[in-house]
Amino acid sequence: MIEIRIHGRGGQGNVVAAYVLATAAIAQGRFAQAFPSFGAERRGAPVAAFVRIAETPIRRRCQVTHPTFVIIQDEALAALPETLAGLAPGGAVIINSQRDSQALSDTFGSTIYALPATQLSHEALGRPMPNTALLAAFLTLTQLVPIAGLKGALAPRFSGDVLAHNLQLIDQVAAATPDGLWKERAHAPSA
Amino acid sequence: MPQALEGSQAIAHAVALCRPQVVAAYPITPQTHIVERIAKFIADGKLRCELVSVESEFSAASVVLGAACAGSRAYTATASQGILLMTEVLYNISGLRVPLVMTCANRAVSAPLSIWNDQQDSMAVRDAGWIQLYCADNQAAVDMTIQAFRIAERCELPVMVCVDGFTLTHTLEPLEVPSQELVDKFLPPYRFARALDPLAPLSMGTLVAPEYFTEARHLHHEALLAAEQEIVAAAEDWGALCGRKQSPLVEVDGPADAKIGILTLGSVFGTLLDARDQVPGPPVKLMHLRCFRPFPVAALRAACAGLHDLIVLERAIAPGADGAVGAEVRSALAETGKPPRVHNFAVGLGGRDVPLSIYAHLLQAITKPHPRMSAIDLRPEVLPADLPTHQETRR
Repeated sequence: MIEIRIHGRGGQGNVVAAYVLATAAIAQGRFAQAFPSFGAERRGAPVAAFVRIAETPIRRRCQVTHPTFVIIQDEALAALPETLAGLAPGGAVIINSQRDSQALSDTFGSTIYALPATQLSHEALGRPMPNTALLAAFLTLTQLVPIAGLKGALAPRFSGDVLAHNLQLIDQVAAATPDGLWKERAHAPSA
Repeated sequence: MPQALEGSQAIAHAVALCRPQVVAAYPITPQTHIVERIAKFIADGKLRCELVSVESEFSAASVVLGAACAGSRAYTATASQGILLMTEVLYNISGLRVPLVMTCANRAVSAPLSIWNDQQDSMAVRDAGWIQLYCADNQAAVDMTIQAFRIAERCELPVMVCVDGFTLTHTLEPLEVPSQELVDKFLPPYRFARALDPLAPLSMGTLVAPEYFTEARHLHHEALLAAEQEIVAAAEDWGALCGRKQSPLVEVDGPADAKIGILTLGSVFGTLLDARDQVPGPPVKLMHLRCFRPFPVAALRAACAGLHDLIVLERAIAPGADGAVGAEVRSALAETGKPPRVHNFAVGLGGRDVPLSIYAHLLQAITKPHPRMSAIDLRPEVLPADLPTHQETRR
C-alpha cells in the first residue's frame, strides 16, 4: 500500500487533489481512499489530506502517519515539524517551490522534487492553484497512475476553460518532469 | 463497477434510490454534503421529491414527521447540536410510531466545541425510541440506508443510520451503488396505514391519561424488541439481492475459540481489522455492534461465548457512569454462565485519530489494573498536574 499526505492551506485545493488522485487510481481498478484532516475551517489555515492506494481493499481509517510520499502545496509549510513527520524510509517529497530540488533536499535531509507550481498555474490558469501541476509531476515521477487517468479524474469535477487549461497544464508539466524517476519508490512494499 | 465516491455522496445516492417524497434538513457539519447532493439531484430533475428548506433542525424533524404522517416517504439528516435540537421531535416521531429515516453524521457535542467525529450525539438520543444502526464503512452506509427504509416502514418505527462524521462522510473510496431496479425490487412504495386524510379526520399525539400511557410505552418497547426480526430479514433479503453479505446485528471477525474480544461501533472496526493482521499475539475476535437499538442481547451473547476478556470500545463518554455501550454489554452478559471480564474504554473523542497502534495498546491495558471506564487514548501530559481528579483518573 502506498500512503500519501498532502499539506497545504485551506483554499489551495488540497482535498480536491486527494480526491482526484484516489479517483484516478480507482478508475484504474485499484483500491484507494482519500480523506481530509480539517483544522480550523478557514482559508489560509494549514490543512492536510490523505490518500492510500492499494491492490486490496483498504479497511483502516486512521490518518497517514508514515507516508511514502508527501506533497507540499505551500513551501512555507515545509518548516513545520508535522509536514515531514514520519516520512517513510525511501520516501520522497514534492514541493511547490521556485528553489532548486537539490538545495531543498540538502536543507531538509529528504529526497525533494521542486516544481514552481504557483507560477505555472498563474500562467496557465490565471490563478494560484498549484494542485493539478503538482499531481502531474507526482504521477510522472512515480508512474502510480497514468497521466491520462489524472486527466480523466478531473473531467467530472471541472468543465469549460478551467478544465481545458488544467489539462494543458498537466501535459506541460508531465512533459517537463523526469518520467519514472521515483518508480522504484512507488513500488516498494509498505506496511 | 465501483464508483469513486465520497461517503456523503454515496449516502445521497442511496437515499435517492429509495425515492423519498419529502426531504427536510438544516445544514450542519459534517452532514451537509448529504443533503446538498440530494438537493442537486432534485434541481437536476433526477429525483422527484419536495425539498423543504427550514430554519432549524427542530423544524427539519417536524417537517419530516408531518410529511410521513401525511403518507410521504420522508428523510432527514443531522449531527451533533442538530440532533440535540431535534430531540423533542425525535421522541414524538417514535412515540407516534411514524416511519422515517435519518442519517446521523456522528459528531462530538459541545462544549467544548468540536466539529469532529465521535458518537456522543447519537448516544445522547439512544432512548428516544428509534432503531439505531451503526455503519462500519461507507458501503455499509449505502446498503444500510436502503434497508433502513424497509425496516422503518415494516415496523412503523423511525430508523437512525449512524455514520462517523468525516471518517466516513468525507472519505472518498470505491463504492457500489445499486441499480434503481434492484432497490425497487427490495423496497415497495410507501403506504402508511394511519396516513392523515381530510376525509377521515384523525388526531395523533393527543393527551393520554395515566390509564393508557403505560400501555402506549409498553407497546413501543415491544415494537423495538420485535424490530430485530425485521432488521435481520432486511439484511438477509438485501444481501441476497445485492450480493454483499450483511451482518444484521453483530458482525464477528475472528476465531470462534478466541479468549479475547474487542467490540466497537462504527469506523474504528476497520482500523482494528488491519491492526490485528499486523500485530503478532493471541487470537482476538473483533466485533462490530451494527444494531444498538434494539439492543441485540441474544446475538451479543452468542458472539461473546467463550471469551475471557471483552474490550468494549466506545466513541462517547457518559460522565460519571460506565460507558453507555459498556454498561449494557455488562448487563447482557451478566446472566450468561461464565461472563467475560468487560474492559470499558472510550477512544477517538472529538476527532482524535484512532491509530493502528491502539490495538496493541488495548491488549496491553487489560493486563493491568484500570478504571471501570476511561479514555484509552488520554494524554495525561496535557492535564493540569495538580488536579485531584487527575490522580483519581490514573489510579
